[in-house]
Amino acid sequence: MNSLKLRLLKLLRARETSIFLAFLVVLAVTTAINPKFIFSLDGWRNLLVNPSILILLAIGEAFVIVTKSVDLSVGSIMGLTAFLVGSVYIAWPTMPPPLAFVIGVAFGCALGLVNGGLVAVAKVPGMVITLGTLYVFRGVNIMWAGNRRINASEMSPDFLALGNDQILSLPVLTIIALLVLLGAAWYLRNTRSGREFYAIGSAPAAAELYGLPTRRRMLAAFMVSGAMAGLGGVLFAARYGTVASDAGTGYELQAIGAAVIGGVAIVGGSGTVIGAALGALLLVTINSALPILGIQSFWQKAVVGALIIGSIILDRLLAQRQKRRLVSERMAP
Amino acid sequence: MNTPGPTLLLRDVSKHFGAVAALRDGRLTLEPGSIHALVGENGAGKSTLIKIVAGVIQRDAGVFELEGRPVGFKTTAESKAAGIAVIYQEPTLFPDLSVTENVFMGRQPVGRLGRIDRAGMRSQVIELLDRLGVSIDPDRPAQGLSIADQQIIEIAKAISLDAKAVLMDEPTAALSGVEVDRLFAVARGLRDEGRALAFISHRFDEVFALCDTITVMRDGSYISTQPIAGTSAPEIVRLMVGRDVKELFPKVEAPIGQTRLKVEGLNSPGVFADIDFEVKAGEIVALAGLVGAGRSEVARAIFGVDPYTTGQVLVDGRPLTPGSPKAAIKAGIALVPEDRRQQGLVMEETIATNVTDVIRPKLTRGSLITRRRENAAAGVWAEALEVKCAALDAVAGTLSGGNQQKVVLAKWLASQPKILIIDEPTRGIDVGTKSEVHRRMSELAGQGIAILMISSELPEVLGMADRVLVMREGRLTAEFPRAQATPDAVMFAATHAKQEAA
Repeated sequence: MNSLKLRLLKLLRARETSIFLAFLVVLAVTTAINPKFIFSLDGWRNLLVNPSILILLAIGEAFVIVTKSVDLSVGSIMGLTAFLVGSVYIAWPTMPPPLAFVIGVAFGCALGLVNGGLVAVAKVPGMVITLGTLYVFRGVNIMWAGNRRINASEMSPDFLALGNDQILSLPVLTIIALLVLLGAAWYLRNTRSGREFYAIGSAPAAAELYGLPTRRRMLAAFMVSGAMAGLGGVLFAARYGTVASDAGTGYELQAIGAAVIGGVAIVGGSGTVIGAALGALLLVTINSALPILGIQSFWQKAVVGALIIGSIILDRLLAQRQKRRLVSERMAP
Repeated sequence: MNTPGPTLLLRDVSKHFGAVAALRDGRLTLEPGSIHALVGENGAGKSTLIKIVAGVIQRDAGVFELEGRPVGFKTTAESKAAGIAVIYQEPTLFPDLSVTENVFMGRQPVGRLGRIDRAGMRSQVIELLDRLGVSIDPDRPAQGLSIADQQIIEIAKAISLDAKAVLMDEPTAALSGVEVDRLFAVARGLRDEGRALAFISHRFDEVFALCDTITVMRDGSYISTQPIAGTSAPEIVRLMVGRDVKELFPKVEAPIGQTRLKVEGLNSPGVFADIDFEVKAGEIVALAGLVGAGRSEVARAIFGVDPYTTGQVLVDGRPLTPGSPKAAIKAGIALVPEDRRQQGLVMEETIATNVTDVIRPKLTRGSLITRRRENAAAGVWAEALEVKCAALDAVAGTLSGGNQQKVVLAKWLASQPKILIIDEPTRGIDVGTKSEVHRRMSELAGQGIAILMISSELPEVLGMADRVLVMREGRLTAEFPRAQATPDAVMFAATHAKQEAA
């Protein structure tokens, strides 16, 4: 009984809970003003589908940030993968949709390997390497695509249907994102290698002394991030049906923002993918709620910015408070 | 179960870092069921030896055997897997992770699907901490734990590893009496289980209370190994200090003038307490003691980098504004820090720029500075100290340790200080350059500068100082005039709480 109470208390205090509550508040306020926000077929679907892609990207970003690095190239990876999937469909119109997923994830993973490899070999901070690959991947995309745009008519209807289908009133894209989220959360919480990401991000020098495979984990984090961006690219193609060379531009900053809002500390070592996913959910929902609430587009960006800065300051304050509490707890007999 | 021969054997092990030999002829033999003391001055090569055993660094040459089989660990993971646990001077924990996770990181017990058995792990940690006699919440993060608690967790880690050999590098440095007793009880328990232990410590009372065998090292070389029963503290000190220390140092007697620096009742809770001393013009005062005794912190407080709660610093009888390095420089104090690379030099900048760092305001005309004026000002000082380098535009980071130290010295001498505080003046410098630095210090004292020298090297302290102050755990424990400063007396004051003689 007591341990149940403790658990409940812990759950209430968790960052994830407060983000989810914030999400509910946004939802309630917006729906009160415009009931269609939830209570219409489109509203319900958009609410669930729109965040799905960003959730995937935020999951990948969380892996990298937890290990004390950052991946700025996810938007470019997503765009390039979406274009690749579209191009494959033009060459082979009857390709079964599962194969599109395999291709997208494998391709994204390979681009992540490029990032991770450069970081591990060149021993340069991930931020610099991925800033470079952000432009390189985007450049390749522009070179390849030119002004061309891949249209819905050029992709298989089976594949495009995935973007709109629902199972038990849950959109397929949302189900995919949720399954990946649960898998990633379980992995990071319950496996040795999962915990090592946290250890490395918490104290890199200590991880080295422990004999943890720091390079392999760094590499893995970037590969996961790339694979998630690749999967995001596949979903992007299925959902929107049109892919141009600028697909996914700016998603990297949204993904980082989502992770930070969700409590993944930018200094590494703490946070969960559930938090990052909730951050993405909140971010996307606020973005679609603000126009309904009649707020001008300039202020919409400012609100998102304030949210990110607010969460970082909150993180800092909470960390300081916790540190003081932990020290004093130990001092008291 | 009964393995004949030693658990761990090292012979003729050497290690060089660039041109500096950190270890020439390292030897250590750990027998099962024994606690082996490894002693020596700072820089004798003990930590290097430990790091080789742990796989943090690799030896250049020599024999390294574990239970009779030749080994060579390339990573700490390999040494751990082979059954060697090392407890480092500073605990190495993950602040964001729970105590339980810290103990088991990298080798958590797993069940189906590779799932970590959290409950099992937790109960094992509770059992371990119980056995160690401490009550630490296994679920709390490691952040905010005291050094003693962190040390206990390191030991819990070693025990849970079921290590054949446990090496402890000054584990008691930050522990209180009760905590030390607890640690010793645990160490004896491990010994009685047939494990081999090595224990590095500067505290002789502890060495004699705990260990059965002792190995002495000096200047990166093996000196002797003997049963502890047949030896005594004075004998060990003699073996550690070894050479006749006075000859190496070109100490010139300088006329001693009036008091330049006076420190009165300086306090900083938890760092140092009741620090009183003075340094006169032309005098070299050594601040001796072990690493971590709080000497550098006192220097930083005097210079205004760190705060202090009570007390005051007087320069030529005038009180100095606390907490302001700018005021300290203006009053004529110069501080040559211990860590040259981090605090003393801008490694990416040229020698000329580094030398003129402190006097730059004087060199500018209308807030502008020319390279020519900078070079002219720097040249005087670089020449005076014979910094060996191609040109003044050479980048500081490319110089040898000795030359870097000279550049730092040049930088501060350019400000023509009245008081020079110099922290570990010759750390990481080869023997030839060492005496060069010492000669310069002697000359500076001859010119009437008051010098406060922090040094962990006993020969340097005894060879250079007119007076020796000894600090231990944040307090001054003894003061010796040059004539009475013997190795044994200083070492004793640095390692024992109370000094009857002084």
